[in-house]
Amino acid sequence: MAGIVGYGAHLPRHRIKVEEIAKVWGADAPSYKRGLMLREKSVPPPDMDTITLSVEAAKNALKRAGNIDPADIGAIYIGSESHPYAVKPSGTTVAEAIGATPDIHCADYEFACKAGSEAMFVCINHVTAGAMLYALAIAADTSQGAPSDALEFSAAAGAAAFIMGKDNLIAECLYTHSYMTDMPDFWRREHQFYPQHGGRFTGEEAYFAHTKGATNALLKKAGMTAKDFTYAVFHQPNGKFPQKVAFDLGFTQEQIDPGWLAPILGNTYSGASPIGLTATLDVAQPGDLIMMCSYGSGAGSDAFVWKVTERINEVRDKAVRTRKLLDENLIYVDYGTYAKFRRKIRKND
Amino acid sequence: MRDVCVVGVGMSQWGEVWRKSLRQLFVDAALEAIDKSGVDHLDSLYVGCMSSGLFVGQEHIGALMADYLGMPGLPAVRVESACASSGMAFRQAFIEVAAGVSDIVMASGVEKMTDCSGADATFALATAADQEYEVFHGATFPGLYAMMAHAHMDKYGTTREMLSAVSVKNHKNGAKNPVAQYPFEITPEQVAKSVMIADPLRILDCSPITDGAAAVIVTSEEMAKKLGKPYIKVLGSGSATDYMQLAQREDMTTIKAATLAAERALKMAGKTIKDMQFAEVHDCFTIAEIVVLESIGLYKPGQAGPATLAGETALEGKFPVNSSGGLKSKGHPVGATGVAQVVEVYKQLTGQAENGRQIPGSPKIGMAQNMGGSGASSVVHIMEVA
Amino acid sequence: MTMFVSRNWREYPQRYRLEASKFKKSGKTYLPPRAIDPKTGDKEFETVKLPDTGKIVTYTIIRTAPSQWGDEAPYAVAITEMTDGTRLMGQVTDCDIEQVKIGMEVRVEFRRIQSEGHQGVISYGYKFVPKWY
Repeated sequence: MAGIVGYGAHLPRHRIKVEEIAKVWGADAPSYKRGLMLREKSVPPPDMDTITLSVEAAKNALKRAGNIDPADIGAIYIGSESHPYAVKPSGTTVAEAIGATPDIHCADYEFACKAGSEAMFVCINHVTAGAMLYALAIAADTSQGAPSDALEFSAAAGAAAFIMGKDNLIAECLYTHSYMTDMPDFWRREHQFYPQHGGRFTGEEAYFAHTKGATNALLKKAGMTAKDFTYAVFHQPNGKFPQKVAFDLGFTQEQIDPGWLAPILGNTYSGASPIGLTATLDVAQPGDLIMMCSYGSGAGSDAFVWKVTERINEVRDKAVRTRKLLDENLIYVDYGTYAKFRRKIRKND
Repeated sequence: MRDVCVVGVGMSQWGEVWRKSLRQLFVDAALEAIDKSGVDHLDSLYVGCMSSGLFVGQEHIGALMADYLGMPGLPAVRVESACASSGMAFRQAFIEVAAGVSDIVMASGVEKMTDCSGADATFALATAADQEYEVFHGATFPGLYAMMAHAHMDKYGTTREMLSAVSVKNHKNGAKNPVAQYPFEITPEQVAKSVMIADPLRILDCSPITDGAAAVIVTSEEMAKKLGKPYIKVLGSGSATDYMQLAQREDMTTIKAATLAAERALKMAGKTIKDMQFAEVHDCFTIAEIVVLESIGLYKPGQAGPATLAGETALEGKFPVNSSGGLKSKGHPVGATGVAQVVEVYKQLTGQAENGRQIPGSPKIGMAQNMGGSGASSVVHIMEVA
Repeated sequence: MTMFVSRNWREYPQRYRLEASKFKKSGKTYLPPRAIDPKTGDKEFETVKLPDTGKIVTYTIIRTAPSQWGDEAPYAVAITEMTDGTRLMGQVTDCDIEQVKIGMEVRVEFRRIQSEGHQGVISYGYKFVPKWY
């Protein structure tokens, strides 16, 4: 049985409130906050990107994994929709930074917001197949939202890393299921700076259909119902969608609470459900069952059932808890600083 | 080792000299030195220059300058040690004459800094620091000295007023120097209000970007006597290096290379620091003057700031420092500064300082201290009236 | 300047992993690694990783910045003494520049240092952030 040997997250310190963004575009802040169930989002400063977030998350995962030698990691996959290079994998730099090179397989993953969970899916399977001792899956993004677009209120940054292995697990992966169809809800053409989306079309047939498709199939495979789970983590483009899909599937607010981060973090895209999972593991107890289901536009969902082991109590505080990164030492910026940080201002370069 | 003398000096115009190229600046200074010394030939030439390659795309300037001085065939070479380039060129000339290899050697320095953009000039200057471990991380030149300043202020209580006093004094002296780039006085208020470059250093704490050249004729004493022009004796020369990275220096509030260079020069001269009566020191930034005066042993650590504020280093003070106006007011064409300091010492010792800049009491012995980068190299010379 | 890529690549062990040389006789550690210990002339060393926390011993705020950091100016550059005594220069980030002080405790974080415009490679390395956990 393969599962998580070490996990970790990393988030920027900077935040921007919905009011700051709304002010500039003449939008009604209270209605955005209500409609999205989101108050503020994380902002990566100019010296942070998907690679740097991934390195720090991976280091936290290594801390919780205990004494594993990074050279024993057989694969590194980073899922993101904001890889710093169009051609040159993020994984190479991260592997170099943690001392995992050169005997390692590497590929960058993309599938809108589910690129991170894809990396997790592949890593679990590598280890289950006995192909390698450990495989490192990282979900990281510093996503961009087009100015004055609804997505500008939520596009945020963050990373989560999971070292998958067979022994000394923190959480076993009991079942997985992936569900995918060709769905044009959200896309970005090559060389375009900002993505485009189908507005309200991104709801029912896209996010909800695929999340429910994957989750229901997984529950059936596992012979379980929502009530069997202690916790559930869903993809969270805003606060509203994961809450609604959870309730539709029979999960409760208590079950989603620890991993429900979008209201104060925003949408960390590939990082969304993975970071939610780290926050959930931070509070989970041995024996707890966690349902995790990602969603990536295009579209697809990867669903997992995790069973927490005794080892969680030994390792949870070997690295900083996600909740601490979410709540403490925050630096609020105004829209001008945000636009400068996110390179939205045209300069003579 | 023979006795070595300086017998004639020359300076080009210093400032933003749009009409003169690198080689023209050199020739202006060199011809004046040759004219003033009365020599009819040179045995060899040392040209100090930090970065002609990066500033104007020209290397091989030993040969170039010999050529344009009208002396193709002359042994000539460029000497580089960042901002200590011409101080080191002067040392090479001293050694060549002292060793008896030559009788008449020109030591010169030149830098042409305005033929490129400000950004390119900043890049070129930064090559004096550690590219991979200082400049790579965004440290600029003012930044390195600013870090030294914060450390000094933290350890000794050096204040903003003390830093400003250096700049004000040097401008007061430079206002009387016909060659100076900024020949005007400034006030402490102006310094304290000027735009911040790298905390705590403001623009009026920093020496400028300058075009300029300086040249001196170095001869044996026998030759100097024969030439019949005013000459001075070079009693000692000392040179030293230190760790390149500011982070690796043992004590960031002192410049060990300056300490060692001064000790070595004084030892050769058979003198102590207490025998010195005035000095030209390398005030690339106001904090540098304060730190150097302590490093060479003139003041105890932490005391140079209060002494400057009290006027001890003013023209009429106990120990005049930078009667030329220093790098701050005179200008800092980096490769030329070292020899220009020797020019000033020569003028003071031979009573030729212009416009009421002559140090009262006719000093007999002075020091020139030149350094490179954030203090990874330094060269000191002790000179005396003949 | 395309020569920049190999120059940067060569420094990965230092910039990415803080690999330094620690000399057997003196126990002194240097980043970048040295072939010879300036203190003893010793040539025998082992490769060690510097600790990732330390204290600021001096700093400045760069306000007139080279073009690569135009978006980040004004920024703080500091010399930090790591917990093993080794000193290192780097930018201090993730804090109000007014907060940077001598004695401030910091930790190392992996960050983007600079890039050659929009087309060139991105150089990564270490920066210091306030140690708040």
